[in-house]
Formats: sequence, structure tokens, C-alpha cells
Amino acid sequence: MEDKLLEYNMTDPSSESEEVETWISHYCSSTGHDYFVEVFEDFIEDDFNLTGLMFLVPYYKEALEMILDLEPEDPLKVPSIPMFEHSAELLYGLIHARFLLTKTGLQIMAKKYDEAQFGTCPRYYCDGTRLLPTGRHDLPGYESVRLYCPCCCDVYVPPNSRYLNVDGAFFGTSFVGLFLKMFPEVERNCIPLRKNIYELKLFGFRINEMSYSGPRMKWLRQYPEDPSVLDEEDKLPPPRTDEKDDDGDVKLETDQENRA
Amino acid sequence: MGDKSIDQKVDYYTDGSESGLSEEYWVDWFLRAKGNEYFCEVDEDFITDRFNLTGLSTEVSHLQYAAELITDALDLDSFQDPVRQEIDADAKHLYGLIHARYILTPRGLTKMMEKYKLAHFGKCPRVNCYFNPLLPVGLYDVAGQSSVKLYCTKCEDLYIPKSTRHANIDGAYFGTSFPAMILQAFPQLLPTKTNERHVPTIFGFKMHEHAKWARWQDKQRQEMNKRIQQYNKEQQNIQQLKAQPNNSTPSVQSQQSQTKSQSQQSQSRSPSAQPQVEAA
Repeated sequence: MEDKLLEYNMTDPSSESEEVETWISHYCSSTGHDYFVEVFEDFIEDDFNLTGLMFLVPYYKEALEMILDLEPEDPLKVPSIPMFEHSAELLYGLIHARFLLTKTGLQIMAKKYDEAQFGTCPRYYCDGTRLLPTGRHDLPGYESVRLYCPCCCDVYVPPNSRYLNVDGAFFGTSFVGLFLKMFPEVERNCIPLRKNIYELKLFGFRINEMSYSGPRMKWLRQYPEDPSVLDEEDKLPPPRTDEKDDDGDVKLETDQENRA
Repeated sequence: MGDKSIDQKVDYYTDGSESGLSEEYWVDWFLRAKGNEYFCEVDEDFITDRFNLTGLSTEVSHLQYAAELITDALDLDSFQDPVRQEIDADAKHLYGLIHARYILTPRGLTKMMEKYKLAHFGKCPRVNCYFNPLLPVGLYDVAGQSSVKLYCTKCEDLYIPKSTRHANIDGAYFGTSFPAMILQAFPQLLPTKTNERHVPTIFGFKMHEHAKWARWQDKQRQEMNKRIQQYNKEQQNIQQLKAQPNNSTPSVQSQQSQTKSQSQQSQSRSPSAQPQVEAA
């Protein structure tokens, strides 16, 4: 009986409306921010978790107060509020990237992942594998958020332009790796899909590799039929060739010269 | 969705008698319709040539009427409703099937190249392709099997269209051969390939399993490059020998025939190697 009453209270709309929406839940529910999870206030209140962020975020103190919905010591001047708002978003993003690496953060993200909230892979042969948000830089201001597919191990641009405002650093480079380590079944389910590679055909015939328009990027999606081959990569030193360009590849004469 | 567009079209026709909109051609209306951005305009001559419609009568029941409707030679109002809708649907289907044939002709390829350059088919979602334009392709040449997919010329992979409007177009309206054909016809469209690739890291360290896989892939690529390099050297040798026929001593001749037979072997693997041999 008591439990029921409690439940009722929790879902009661009137009690909800009395509760003021926190800055965090408002920020996470606004458009374009649906990749974010709500960081626990305990996490933010722990100074240890904020180490070093003071140097990255202007108006750090005001921003932190804004995130935690604390009454500022000095009342804010109206013109400076947008500035503080911007700092608060930046600070929240950077805290968010750290929070995702904790066990709770990973679990919350796993729930979002299960619901395919980050979309599915645009690659045809990945067969709608769910994506994970990632950044390619850990410092803000470089690049917006990207999506990682655990099946083809590639990164994609989000299909919707509203995510272009979300900085990749708000998710960080390490989150995907830790997520895959914590939930290895995500990748394990993908391995059967990895053997499908698209081959361009002309009237049913494959294009010869020696042709100038032949396949050159097969390696990108190639996965060994026998995965134990990969273990040999541990033993052998990296292959050395006499002529090397920046990528360590054999220098290829350009196709243009060839055709002439 | 189909019904709606039919209604719209009928509206054009009925309005047209008064406001002069009847001037609009069926093809123009079709190309302007939402979701049909991937199609290019098929020449009227091509549609009226019966030879190009060979075999389509099994796919399209009202072939004659549909072809006439596309070329604006048919008054759709003279038909009763169920037949009228059938003809309308047939016309769209027929246009798609003709389109698949048309875009393999030189004129069609040129039109599609313009559309490719303007990125009408969208851009590759892969980050390391840097928004390379895509080409439409079908997985089957028979209608009703699968929807249209997009081929990236840079990473040589297949993607699903971003918008559901485009994801509903039949892949047979573009055919399986189109990207290979346009790249054979216009090799200048081939972008420079990139070796960039993403390897997930944790705190800056590459993940072992993925790094191993990446190293293995690099090895595959290096082997491929070696094979191509060797082939190119052989081709150059043949060219040099051809350039100086006076010096052809028996030993050189035997060498030439040897390399030739090698190249013929590789050629016989696929007919598509032919253009390069000819070019050489």
C-alpha cells in the first residue's frame, strides 16, 4: 500500500510541476542534446572530478554554479548571462566526457545504446548496427561529435545537422574503447557481418585490380577469414619496404602517368 | 504516398486547362516531385525508340499507354479511375526502368556526371571521405528486390540513403552497373584514395585488437600496391619494346612474348582490364 502511494506521488503531475527543472535536465532535453546523459550532481560536486577544468573554461565558478543551480554569491548582471551560459555548456560537456568513463556513465550509455538513440550505421553491410557517439579530440573546439560503428570500426558524420553544435570533446576519444571493453558482446555480435564487402560490378563482372578504375580500398573493410591470422601480427615486426611514402606504403606511380 | 502524388498530378492536369499549366511535361513534373531528385531527364527520342523498351512489356502491363503518357501523347482524362491510376503507376515504373538503361548510354552518363559533381546523390557519411559525393546503385537489376543504395567512389563502399524518401526508390531504376560504367567512361571522376583510418583509443593508446586488425589491413594494402606496381612495370616494358621494333633480337622477342602472355593471363581474369591494355 505504501509503495503504491509512493509511486503515485512520483508520477503525480502536480508534484512534478512544483519541482523546478534543473539546469542539467533542461540542457539534456533541449533539441540537439539528446546524445547527452544527465550527470549526477554528486559527481560534479566532487572537486577531484573537475581537476584541470578550471584552465579550460572561462568564468569557471559562475558556470559551475549555474550547472548546479546554486544561488550565486553576487547577483548576475543580465548582459553577462549569455557568456556564463556558454561557459556552463562547455563545462558540462567536459564533465560529461569524464562521467561517461565511470561505471555508472557507461551503464547509462548502454541503455541509450540499446534503444538505438545514437542512430544506426549508414553502411549497407553493417545491417543497421547501432552507433556510439565519439570525439576525435579530447580538447574542445576541434570537431563536432562523430558516430562510431563497432561493426566496421569507422567513424561517421551524424545524419542530422542539429548535432553539428555538439563538440566531440563532450564525449571524448576514450569512451568508445572503454564501452567496447565493458560490453564485449557488442563487438562479438558484429564479427559475422564483417565478412561482407561490396564489390563493384559491370554487367555482372568484377573490375580487375589492375584496371585504373579497379578496386583500391578493399583492405579498408577486409577482415581475415581466420581471425587467428591476426595473432601473427604480434610476432612479426612491421613490414619494411625500400621505398616508402608517409604512410609507409610502397610508392605507387599515379594512375595519370600510367594512362598517358 | 503514391496516391497523394497521383492526386497532385491530376490536379495539375485539371488546373492546366484553365491556367495554362498543361504546358508542363510529364517528365518535368516527375523530376520535380519530392523524392525524385536522383533521376535525370531521359531524352524523348530514347523513350520513343521501341528498341530501348525491349523486354519491358513483362514488367509493365500498360506499356504502350505508359510510354505515351511519359511522352505526353496520351490524354489521361479519357480513362476511368482504376485504369487511370494503373497507367499512372505504370508510367512511373516504366520511367524508372528506362532510366536504368538510359544512364548507361553516353548522353545519360554525361547527365549523371553533372548531377554527381553537384552532389545530387548526397555525400559520403564517412568522416575520412571528407564529404565525397556518392553515386546511386541498385543491388539487383530486377525491380522490386531492394531499394537504391549509394556508392562512395572514395572508400568504395555502399551506404543507405539518409532520407527515407530516397530509401524507398527501387534500386533497379539505377541498375547494378551504373557506378562501374561511369567510372570507366570518366576516369577523371576517380578521387584520390586515402589511407586514413580510425582506430579507437583509450587514453591515447590504440586498442590492441583493433590495432592488430589495422596492421593486417595495411599489409593487405601494401601487397596490393606491390602487385599493381609490378603490373605497371611490365606494361612499361612492353611499351618500350614496342617503341623500338628495329632492335628486336630473338631474345627480346621471347621476353616480350613472355610478358605478353603474363599480361594476357591477368587480362583473361576479367574483361574490364581491356581498356587499360588498349590505352597502353
